[in-house]
Amino acid sequence: MDTEFWSWEHAIAVLPELLRGLQITILATVVGMVIASILGLVVAIVRRSRMRVVTFPVGFLVEFIRSTPLLVQLVFANLLFTQFPSLAIGCVVLGVHYATYMSEVYRAGIDAVPKGQWEASIALDLPRSRTWRAVVLPQAIRNTLPGLGNYAISMFKETPFLAFIYVVEMYAAAQAYGGSNFRYMEAITMVGLLFLLVSYPTSLLVRRLENRLA
Amino acid sequence: MSENLETFAGLLPQFGEGILVTLQLTLGGAILALLVAFVLGLGARARTRWASVPSRVVMEFFRGTSLVVQIFWLFYVLPLPPFYVELDPMACGIIALGLNYGAYASEVVRGSINSVHKGQWEAATALDLGPVHRLRRVILPQAWPLMIPMFTNLLIQLVKGSALAAYITLHDLNFMIVELRRGTTDTVFSYTVGLLLYFAIAYALTLLMNALEARAKNKVGQGPSLREILRVAPVQTRAEVGTPKPMVTSQLPPTSKGGV
Repeated sequence: MDTEFWSWEHAIAVLPELLRGLQITILATVVGMVIASILGLVVAIVRRSRMRVVTFPVGFLVEFIRSTPLLVQLVFANLLFTQFPSLAIGCVVLGVHYATYMSEVYRAGIDAVPKGQWEASIALDLPRSRTWRAVVLPQAIRNTLPGLGNYAISMFKETPFLAFIYVVEMYAAAQAYGGSNFRYMEAITMVGLLFLLVSYPTSLLVRRLENRLA
Repeated sequence: MSENLETFAGLLPQFGEGILVTLQLTLGGAILALLVAFVLGLGARARTRWASVPSRVVMEFFRGTSLVVQIFWLFYVLPLPPFYVELDPMACGIIALGLNYGAYASEVVRGSINSVHKGQWEAATALDLGPVHRLRRVILPQAWPLMIPMFTNLLIQLVKGSALAAYITLHDLNFMIVELRRGTTDTVFSYTVGLLLYFAIAYALTLLMNALEARAKNKVGQGPSLREILRVAPVQTRAEVGTPKPMVTSQLPPTSKGGV
């Protein structure tokens, strides 16, 4: 085994596998984010209902999912639903976990819509569904876009958890390479760099979005 | 079900130790994170580029890479050549958690300090307070109540992140869940118990942080003191019954009208 500090040969050899892993990572992030942003909105609207029979269980479930580890949830779901592929389970669990965060972002966004808008809709005799669709949500979602972007980035960084349910994303690919070549140094460091390479420009983009919308 | 409970009761001492390990990671990580947060957060605000640029780079680095990658880098890569640094698994976990969440928290520190009203800075300067004095006596007491709610969120995230420790050979709560599952062969039971325990830990920490927030707010003259919130005051209970809407305890005014 060579003992040099950093070998570019290994760093380049591991790249194709990492890039294949990156595709899975991005796929999981995108699917997870779609689930999270839709489910989060549904949860946020349901929690505004006045019926305590509905709001209490939903509120408890959201609190519960939010304050227990994603890792444990992933492993649990994977052991429970053995008939589905791990990648699908991973995407859904990521989506549901982040939906609980997203619901808070949506809630804040909806609360930030001025009260006069609601009153105006009542004055115009708009039906409830139309009030939501045409008046409140377009304004609320504008407020939530930066939050959405930030959670997309943090979800991206949590995808390595999928490695623990045997999804071969970027981190698992690096582990496999490190294990078979005894070069963890390059493999894992490259993963870190690739994460930075994707997430830093995205975070700059989100910050610009935040400034433009604010 | 009763067998499950029996197995769980048998494993109870180990579960206690597992929870202790999780709490150790949480506490250690949180202390380190707080330290890192203040160093980086204040560093990023510094006027000299020698302090602000490195702070920003470190901040973005630890925020931009994944916790999983960091923790395994410390655990698997660091003992290999050329570093030969073999860290205790517990130290690995604490360092990774502390650096990762510390980087997030540094942004909180920076933002909260920036949002203290400008007049306060000017007043402190006008009173000829030195930079340390100004920060410690004027700015931080006001920024602190703003920071705590965001720190609470990060602390819960840190508890959840600590579940990774099971994969670097630590016997934390997550590890015990797997053990319980092996003992009972009942996935749903063992994971439900485990998740409920995590929930309990997170909830207890939230309550603790809320108390801390109330105290910090009271110190800068917003809201009642912690003692007033916790005390069961008969005078106030009667006032509560009298009002048409039930008031939340934290919204009660300080005991000015004939309290003890």
